[in-house]
Amino acid sequence: MTATRSDDAVPGDSQWPLWEVFIQPEPGAPHEHCGSLHAVDAEQALLNARDVYARRNEGVNLWVVPSQWITGSTPEDVGPFFDPANDKAYRHPQFYKTPRGVKVF
Amino acid sequence: MSSDAPSPDDPKRTAEFEARIARGDVIEPKDWMPERYRRQLIRMMSQHAHSEIVGMLPEGNWITRAPSLRRKMSLLAKVQDEAGHGLYIYCGTETLGVDRHELLADFLNGKAKYSSIFNYPTLTWADVGVIGWFVDGAAIVNQTMLAKASYGPYARAMVRICREENFHKRQGYESVATLARGTPGQRAMVQDAVNRWWWPSLMMFGPNDKDSPNSAELIRWGVKKKSNDELRQRFVNLTVPQAQAVNLTLPDPDLRYNEATGNWDFGQIDWDEFWAVVKGDGPCNRERMAARRKAHEEGAWVRAAAAAFAAKKRAAAAGAAA
Repeated sequence: MTATRSDDAVPGDSQWPLWEVFIQPEPGAPHEHCGSLHAVDAEQALLNARDVYARRNEGVNLWVVPSQWITGSTPEDVGPFFDPANDKAYRHPQFYKTPRGVKVF
Repeated sequence: MSSDAPSPDDPKRTAEFEARIARGDVIEPKDWMPERYRRQLIRMMSQHAHSEIVGMLPEGNWITRAPSLRRKMSLLAKVQDEAGHGLYIYCGTETLGVDRHELLADFLNGKAKYSSIFNYPTLTWADVGVIGWFVDGAAIVNQTMLAKASYGPYARAMVRICREENFHKRQGYESVATLARGTPGQRAMVQDAVNRWWWPSLMMFGPNDKDSPNSAELIRWGVKKKSNDELRQRFVNLTVPQAQAVNLTLPDPDLRYNEATGNWDFGQIDWDEFWAVVKGDGPCNRERMAARRKAHEEGAWVRAAAAAFAAKKRAAAAGAAA
């Protein structure tokens, strides 16, 4: 498992570090990833995120996270990584029988 | 990512990758992909991003001279959207392992291309409306297809962009329709703009299929779902009735409805003009590049100042914590 991208500052004419942006589309909804941007710090990242990703009331809340702090699972390991979930049908309600007479459960 | 020569791709992994494309899988940044797929996407997406940025210039030319506050607000919002679209696509391109400053350097030193349409001048206010109608209309046809592209970050950027481009086209067509039912002078002005922008708009879809080697490969890899000629035909079919509705003519004597195919047949595109503009000899190529270089160079102190201010704040925070 490795971080997705490096964010070494570009020497000379900096393009600034990369941030990932998450938006909450409406109150009560979970935040969703909506893209990335470059900014010098968290405050500027938030302002840029508002201008780039929320020009039309796309959300009610924004998170910005330095891209270098995001660690992802690797697609190559998708089989073994998620394997523990494959053979546990007993974690789903369909695994269990309900007596015939019960109409509403 | 280094610009070293790509190592030849493992044929087994390439076969697996092509099977994924055939199944309609969406490819994500960290998935294995053939080097050629990555290279083609970087080329295509960065060209697309540069086009959005250069696209601000022809219309930006008219912001201070918009005829009403309503039109001015629309135009400001539209030009701001184009900047946003450039940023969405640069961010999508960066997921392929390339840094934005490399893409910008390739653009500013003339190595990377952008859409030839933006090398035409905006001579009158009517041009702004016609650009929204034709140029954004053509972009929607292209980008609606790209919203189903096999590369996830590109497709997702296109979904956002298409949503916003609909406003661009609508505001343009409204402005065109207003001029078309205006004074004789306004009518003549908008007809002239239509006459100048029609053929360059058709060229936006790129060379004919037989002359477009990149296209076949991009279709095979699911980046594009339709060919240049199919998209161009769709744009013509959509636009002809819109021109008729506002009593404007399109400058093509060969334009006629084909009962057998259900398409509007159109005349021969001047490909010599297209290639001349692509190769740098359009009416505004030098002006556009000079404007972008100037903006980049004159913005250097802003980037430096923001970095210095952030460093100062970090130092102050570290001092307070110590």
